[in-house]
Amino acid sequence: MRTLFAALTGLALSLAVGVASGADKLKVGYIYIGPIGDHGWTYQHNEGRLAVEAAFGDKVEVVYVENVPEGPDAERAITRLARDGAGIIFTTSFGYMDPTNRVAKNFPDVKFEHNTGYKRQSDNVSTYNARFYEGRYVIGQIAARMSKSGVAGYIASFPIPEVVRGINSFMLGAQSVNPDFKLKVVWVSTWFDPGKEADAAKVLIGQGADIITQHTDSTAPLQIAAEQGAHAFGQASDMIKFAPDTQLTAIVNNWAPYYVARVQAVMDGTWQSHDVWDGMSAGMVTMAPYTNLPDDVAAVAKETEAKITSGDFHPFTGPIHNQAGEMVIGEGEVLDDGVLLGMNWYVKGIDDKLPQ
Amino acid sequence: MTALEAVLLTIITASTPLLLAAIGELVVERSGVLNLGVEGMMVMGAVCGFAGAHITGSAAVGVVAGLGAGVAMSLVFGFLTQTLVTNQVATGLALTLFGLGLSGLIGESFTGLPGVKLTAIHIPGLSDLPFVGPVLFGHDVLVYASIAITVLVAWVLTRTRIGLVIRATGGNHHSAHALGYNVVAVRYACIAFGGACAGLAGAYLALAYTPQWIENMTAGRGWIALALVVFATWAPFRVAVGAYLFGTVWIMGLYVQGIGIGIPAQLLAALPYLVTIAALVLISGNRVLTKMNTPACIGQPFVPDR
Amino acid sequence: MRLQLQVRSQPSRAMTALSPVIAIALTVCVGGVIFAARGLDPLHALYVYFVEPVTTMWSIEELIVKAAPLVLIGAGLAVCFRANLWNIGAEGQFTAGAIAGGAIPVMAPDLGPWVSLPLMLALGMLGGMAWAAVPALLRNRFGTNEILTSLMLVYVAQYLLDWLVRGPWRDPHGFNFPKTVAFQDWHLLPTLGFGRVHLGAVFAVIAVVVLFVLMSRTLKGFEIRVSGDAPRAAGFGGFSRPRTVWFCFGLAGALAGLAGICEAAGPIGQLQPHISPGYGFTAIIVAFLGRLNPIGVLLAGIVLAISYLGGEAVQVELGLSDKTAKVFQGVLLFFILACDTLIRYRVRWVAGRR
Repeated sequence: MRTLFAALTGLALSLAVGVASGADKLKVGYIYIGPIGDHGWTYQHNEGRLAVEAAFGDKVEVVYVENVPEGPDAERAITRLARDGAGIIFTTSFGYMDPTNRVAKNFPDVKFEHNTGYKRQSDNVSTYNARFYEGRYVIGQIAARMSKSGVAGYIASFPIPEVVRGINSFMLGAQSVNPDFKLKVVWVSTWFDPGKEADAAKVLIGQGADIITQHTDSTAPLQIAAEQGAHAFGQASDMIKFAPDTQLTAIVNNWAPYYVARVQAVMDGTWQSHDVWDGMSAGMVTMAPYTNLPDDVAAVAKETEAKITSGDFHPFTGPIHNQAGEMVIGEGEVLDDGVLLGMNWYVKGIDDKLPQ
Repeated sequence: MTALEAVLLTIITASTPLLLAAIGELVVERSGVLNLGVEGMMVMGAVCGFAGAHITGSAAVGVVAGLGAGVAMSLVFGFLTQTLVTNQVATGLALTLFGLGLSGLIGESFTGLPGVKLTAIHIPGLSDLPFVGPVLFGHDVLVYASIAITVLVAWVLTRTRIGLVIRATGGNHHSAHALGYNVVAVRYACIAFGGACAGLAGAYLALAYTPQWIENMTAGRGWIALALVVFATWAPFRVAVGAYLFGTVWIMGLYVQGIGIGIPAQLLAALPYLVTIAALVLISGNRVLTKMNTPACIGQPFVPDR
Repeated sequence: MRLQLQVRSQPSRAMTALSPVIAIALTVCVGGVIFAARGLDPLHALYVYFVEPVTTMWSIEELIVKAAPLVLIGAGLAVCFRANLWNIGAEGQFTAGAIAGGAIPVMAPDLGPWVSLPLMLALGMLGGMAWAAVPALLRNRFGTNEILTSLMLVYVAQYLLDWLVRGPWRDPHGFNFPKTVAFQDWHLLPTLGFGRVHLGAVFAVIAVVVLFVLMSRTLKGFEIRVSGDAPRAAGFGGFSRPRTVWFCFGLAGALAGLAGICEAAGPIGQLQPHISPGYGFTAIIVAFLGRLNPIGVLLAGIVLAISYLGGEAVQVELGLSDKTAKVFQGVLLFFILACDTLIRYRVRWVAGRR
């Protein structure tokens, strides 16, 4: 029995090696949480994948698995790509963090890049994320300038730091224009349910919001805003074609430069494990064209964008107070990344109670 | 527009697809067939509805295409469960799987394209009334259709010969057969009707609710529709009440958050389901109410012995 | 011309063996057409889909990992369905089991190695049972339809888990991300073989054997079958319907709960918002594909697992979208179900109308 086992394992290994050595192209793998057609999160990662294909042409072979649930299936899907001879694998959802690290230990020669996580348990794992909150500050400013009612509606998914940070940044941006600006937050407990997102948008508009912004993936809120004469912002990708007269701008997740650079690094043999949290300065977060705005509002938005890009300004610059009115950080100081990464409190002025 | 008006309108849009799909399934179940493939038929209705409207530029064509897709899917189910007497539960689940996959394939070329919106019907005079106008007379054709179909189903089931045959088929297919009714044919017709309604519900999602095509855009509404039928103890008007109750609890969950009351979002999201269970317990406490409409033969296969 | 079915006097033995073969042959034909239509070499695609998942040790192990929860849940459901009880809420019972068992590593992490794991498994089963007890109670007490209550409780369980891992049970050092602490080594099920196969697979096999004996060799099994096939006769025979309801729901709930904690303490190693890729629902298909027979469930679980792994393989190796895989899976199920008809019926083409 034991010899049979050994023989089978030997066969398995030889097959795996055969696949790996058979290709001189670099194989690049992607694991997606949703369908490519979501026009939000996964869509933008896929745009990045296409950019890798365009940049390297015949020198790479790019494969992906979509709709991979964040459970036991993730580890298998990642392992499959690694066994299939992938040289570098991008896993593009937070829930893939532990599976990615576990697989990485078994495949020391494969490079792993995990998106939005913080664990790097071996030196062939990198983490990368984008400072989306930089864009949220800009749209917060626009919202406060464009709103007639002084109320914006925020469709939020889940109370994780990423989302809370976005809400705070938006509010700080809005308060920099109008200190009395009001923000209504609705948690829909989903990243993606067009119907429910649409319902939330309608409810918010019904409650007096005339600007809608969202941290969910579908284009539905934008369409509702268009229908009801409100304004809104695109999320993750430029959604202008869904609401040509409504979208003011969009925060675009631009992974393409990062993906191209990392694949290049593997080819050059210069790839190293790192933790990257890039924003506008590195072009990882970009703003879609400012549309449906008066020139002066657009000009201010562009100026803020330029200041954030150049590093002259950080959205979380003090003084910042929390909801209890306590000062979190004083005049002129900037919240450090550790605080930002674990953010689970609201800034002063937000009416909502943060679900704990 | 007042806040109340806005909430009512939102509730109506949220409830309509549930009502459409549920009323169709009700007829299917009253004939003694359990089709768990509502989600699959609905999502096919959505993608074909969108595609039809996008290609021709006419929302009406979209509605018809959605309806057709629902019927086509239901006939697959009908052929398997009626002609080949396969297990209805498993076939329905497989139909959902198949529908989700096929709709994704068909929809690949339609994702991210702007949709055609089903416009509201303007009734001169009535639609312009304050409050009553927008709430009662400012809807698209499918909202009215959902109500009309409910009334029609209630009338047909209780007042007509066709209804009698359907109920007999669901109540005791052997007797119905002995009386000379073609059980399989009746069930085929009911299944097709259910498919048509599910297709309309899907079309409503892709043409009126959120005019676009996105994979899995039904997001579990087909399952809720199924639950509503049982919740309503197979009575048409109670399906309407259930659909609107569910829609109301759903929207209110979002509404109270907007006002800023600190209740966990998960509790609010789970509320419609808890309310449904509670209401169901109340209803089934009354045995007469449940027994009356329950199709005794539900889910059981029938093979005519010539 | 129309199809006509004729009941066989007894199920055909030949067809019992042949029907899966015919089903797979038909699926292969249709699948080949689908793949060819997508511009692929049909033979190669079919090989990748069906054969490759069983060619390497790794994929066989992964197959077992995938099949174990399906078989565990499906076996319990098969008993329920035999008794004509429509428990379609196994997904919720799975989640409840994971929550109950996961309470130990989260709330009592210092409990000794020898106590923790058995306690977790026991709590997992109890959790699933408790969740299944609600529809059973409502049915026995108020006559409430169990299809609906069990289904509704799925959502409630999922939101409960969601709330726990985002709130009270959140890992204090996890940057407020929604997950519990990673389970310690002694909270994890021992693995077998080289990869991720864990004790859950053994439990699945045990469950299949025990339930097979229970259903075919014991009075309890007879009671369940009679209660399902002929409730009135069962009543005359002195079998209590409420007792059958309690037993079947309790059993199915316990097995689903066990599957839940085995996944949490196995491949996942913690609690997080999503712990099941729809195992509870897929297991319903497994139960029916297995003809509500525990041994059949075992085979059906493996077939379903192959179809998932194969679907993934064609994505990676042939660049086919997962929608094609889903369609293919649907077609496979249709054929398997349709061919089962041949066992109990003779199919004839008859000319004209009746």
